[in-house]
Amino acid sequence: MDERQVMETDIVCVGFGPAMGGFLTTLARGIVNEDGSPVMESDLMPGMPPQVICYERADDIGVGVSGVVSKARAIRETLPDLDPACLPMCAPITEEKVVYLLDPHGASRRPLPMKAADAAFKLLGGRFPGCTYKDFSWELPYIPPFLNKHGGLTFSIGQFNQWVGNNVMATGAAQIWPSSPGAAPIIEHRKVVGVRLADQGVDKAGKPDAAYMPGMDVRAKLTVVGDGPVGPVGRAIDDARGLPIGHHQRDYAVGMKVVVDLPGHCPLRPGTVIHTIGYPEPEIFGFLYVLPDRKASLGIFVPSWFDNPVRTAYRYLQHWMQHPYLWKYLKGGTLTSFGAKTLQECGQNGEPYLVGDGYARIGEGSGTTNVLTGSGVDEAWASGVMLGEAVVQLLEQGLPFTNENLEKTYVARRRASWLEAEAKQARRSREAFASGFIPGVVGMAISGLTKGALCWPADSEPVHKRIPSIEEYYRGRVSCEEIARIRKDCTAKGLALHDALMDRVGWPAIEYDGKLLISHQDALLIGGKVQAAPGYADHVTFEDHDTCRACREKTCIEACSGQAITTNPDDGVPLFDREKCLHCGACLWNCSKPSKTDPERTNVRFAAGAGGLHSAEN
Amino acid sequence: MFHIVVCGGIVPDPLQTLEPVKGPAGWGLKNELMLPSVLDPWASHALYEAAHLAKTVAGSKVWLVSLGPKAKLQQLMMTVAQKAPFELVVADGPASGFTDSFEVAEALHAVIAGIAGLDASKLLVFGGWQSASRGSGSTLQILGEKLGIADHFQGVDKLTVGADGSLEIMERVEGGAYQISTCSGAPAVLGWATGELPEPPNNPQVGMANMRLVMPALQKAKPAAVKADAIDYQSVTLPAQKRETRVVKDTPVDVIAQEIVDWLKN
Repeated sequence: MDERQVMETDIVCVGFGPAMGGFLTTLARGIVNEDGSPVMESDLMPGMPPQVICYERADDIGVGVSGVVSKARAIRETLPDLDPACLPMCAPITEEKVVYLLDPHGASRRPLPMKAADAAFKLLGGRFPGCTYKDFSWELPYIPPFLNKHGGLTFSIGQFNQWVGNNVMATGAAQIWPSSPGAAPIIEHRKVVGVRLADQGVDKAGKPDAAYMPGMDVRAKLTVVGDGPVGPVGRAIDDARGLPIGHHQRDYAVGMKVVVDLPGHCPLRPGTVIHTIGYPEPEIFGFLYVLPDRKASLGIFVPSWFDNPVRTAYRYLQHWMQHPYLWKYLKGGTLTSFGAKTLQECGQNGEPYLVGDGYARIGEGSGTTNVLTGSGVDEAWASGVMLGEAVVQLLEQGLPFTNENLEKTYVARRRASWLEAEAKQARRSREAFASGFIPGVVGMAISGLTKGALCWPADSEPVHKRIPSIEEYYRGRVSCEEIARIRKDCTAKGLALHDALMDRVGWPAIEYDGKLLISHQDALLIGGKVQAAPGYADHVTFEDHDTCRACREKTCIEACSGQAITTNPDDGVPLFDREKCLHCGACLWNCSKPSKTDPERTNVRFAAGAGGLHSAEN
Repeated sequence: MFHIVVCGGIVPDPLQTLEPVKGPAGWGLKNELMLPSVLDPWASHALYEAAHLAKTVAGSKVWLVSLGPKAKLQQLMMTVAQKAPFELVVADGPASGFTDSFEVAEALHAVIAGIAGLDASKLLVFGGWQSASRGSGSTLQILGEKLGIADHFQGVDKLTVGADGSLEIMERVEGGAYQISTCSGAPAVLGWATGELPEPPNNPQVGMANMRLVMPALQKAKPAAVKADAIDYQSVTLPAQKRETRVVKDTPVDVIAQEIVDWLKN
C-alpha cells in the first residue's frame, strides 16, 4: 500500500461541475457512437475509445453546489430536448424583480447618499413614478437588459449535475469518480502530464497513519482542469506559471444559500426570480429563486470588497431573510438545505493561461464568470463545450495536446465566442466597487448600458490589503476599549467576535424558530449534512503561525461558512475542524494577512480534501 | 476457495431528509430519484468482509448482487467500485424500502441462479443482517432457503476460516453476548452486523478494474419482477423526533448539564 500507484489514461479531468458537464457531453458525442462503439481508438487501449476519467472531490457528483438562475443558452444549444419538467427542481423563469431593500433596524452601515435616498423613499412612499414602496423596499421599475434572464431557467446545479453525469457515464465515454480529490498537477519539464490524487490513510498533518495509501498518479496526454475558483490543481498551475500580464485574482464573493420549503401562504409562483440590493449591508446582494413543488433557493453574496473584517455570511443571511419584504413570503417555511461556495468575481481580469502543454482550463477557474450579468453556469458550460469540440478536432487529426494546438483550437473558439464578447463588456464593470458601493452600482450601470465601452475606473487591491482593522471599521460606533473587552471575552470562550459586535451596533438578536431560523451548527446538521471521510489530512492550514498569533482580525474565523475555523483560547493560531468544513474556500481569500512567499496570496493554505456537503437539493 | 455473493441494496444517503409519501404505485419516498444513494451500510460491511476473505483465501471471487434502479446503481458504483474488487450483477428494480422481503429474495434468487460459473458447493452468501431501509432481517434467510442452504448465521461480526475450509462464526445474540458457531464449510449464509473491518480507502485502480465489468453489467440488467402491491402498509411514519430550541444566556454549563440529565431521567 505504501507504494504510489501510477495509472495511464488518455484524458484526465479534475472537478465535475457545469463546465466539465459541457466538456464531457460534447466529447462523448465525438468519440463514441450512439451504439457505444468507438469513433476513434485509444492510444492506450486499442479497440476502445479514448479513455477519459474525471475525478471529483465531493462525495457525489451533485451534493455540494447551488441553486442558480441562467439564460441557459449554451446548455440548451447542447441539449435542445432539455425539458425543465423532466429535471427535478427546474422551472422556466416566469417573473423577475430587482428590489432595493431599506434597513428597518438602522444597524446597516450606509453611506450618507444612501441614507438620504432611504429617507426620500420613506417620505415619498409610493409616489415615485412606476415604483412600489412598501415593507421597507422599493421594487425597481425596470431591469437593465444586461441583468435580466428572460427566457432562462432556474434550477438546482446539484440535480442538473447528477443528470448530466449519469447521461455522460451511460454513453460509456467517460468515468466520473467522486470522493477523489485531485491534490496537484504533475508537472514535468514545464508540461502538465497528469494529476496526483490526495493521499489517504494519513493523520491531520498528512503523515502516514493506518491504511496509508499515497495518492495515485494519473498520467494523461491531456489534463482538463475544471476544479473551480479555489481548486488546488488550477491554483498550483497558476503558482507555477503566474497569471498573464495585467491579470489578477483579487475579486471574490462567498455565496451562502438555503433551500426552503415555502409556507402554504406564500403566493410566489415557480420561476419567480428576485434579486435584492441594499440590505443587510449595501455591499451584500441577495437572491430568491422559486422552484417547483413550493421550494425556493435563496441566499446572499458577501463580496471581497465588503470592507468589514467581521464578515459573517450566516448571520447576515438570517437578517436578510427576515427583511419585511422577504419575511412575508418566508415566515413559516422550513430550511431543508444549506451551503456556501466561493465565486471568482474577476471574470476576464482573472483569466489564467487557458492552455499549456498538456492541459486546458475550463469553467469558473478559467475566468468564465460574468460579473456584469451575474451569471456563470451557462458560461462555464459553454467553455466546456468549446474545449470538447477542440479536443475532438485534435483527436480526429491525430495531433498532440500542445500549447500551440490547444491555442489554435480551444482558445481560438473561446476568443470568437459570445462568451468572450460578453466577458469583454463585463471586464471593467465591477471595478468601481473598489471605491465603494455607490460608485460600484453606478459603474456597473455605465458599463452595462454602454456594453463595456465606458466604465468607472478604480484600482484593485488584494483582499488582505483592503480589510481594515476591527477598530477602524467600527470607529465612531464601538470604542477601542470595548472592542478589546469583547475580544478578550470571546477569545476566552473560544467564540468568534461577530455576534457580540453585531449585537453591539444594533442588529437585533435572531429569534430561533427551529425551522428556518436555526443556529449555524444546526444549519450544518439539518441543512448542510456536512461530513468528512476519515484518513485525509486537514485541507485548511495556516502558512505562518506567528502571523496568525499577531493577527487581530482573524477574518478566517468570522467568515467561515461552517464554523469549521474557530478561536483558539490557548494560542493565536485558529483551530480547524474538517468535520464542519463546507469546502467553500472563503478562508483562502478572506484572510487579512499576506503570504510571506507571494504578496497576492494570503496566510491560509487550502488544499484538496474529501467530504463536505451532502445535499440533494443544492 | 470461496465463491462469495454479497447481496447489497441501495438506500438514500442517510444524511438526507426522508419523507414517506403514498403514490399510485404504493408507498415511496418523496423525491426518491433525486436523493443521492449509498450502498446499504449493513451490506457495505458484508462487502468489505467478503473482499478481505477473498484476498486471504486464494482463488476466491466476489460478486455484488444489487437490486435497485439502474441509473442510481450506476452513480453509486462510482464510489463503491473503488472500495473492493468485485463483479457487479444487477437486478433493475425498486429500492424504495417499501418492497416485501419475500419478493426481494425471489428476485435475488433469480439473479444469483443466473450467475455463470458460480459453484454452489463453494458458495457463501453475504449480506446485511438488517437494512437501513428494510429492517425485517428476513430477506437473506428466505434467499438462503431458496438456494437450498441450510447453515444460516445472523448478526455476524467475525468469520474465521480454518485450514480445512471450516468456518468459525461469531454472532451477536441477546444481552450483548456473542455466540461462536462452527460449520464444516460452504455453502452458508452470513448476515453481517458491522464486522471488524474499517471502510477501505478509495483505490482508483480497483475502481478502474471493476469498471470494466460494471458498465456491461448495468447494460445487461434485466428488470426484476418485484410486485409493488405485494405488501400493504397500514401507515408509514418516520421515527418521531422532538426538537426544542431554547436560547439561554449566562447559564452555567453545570446547570445545562443538570437539565439534560433530568430530562433523560424523566
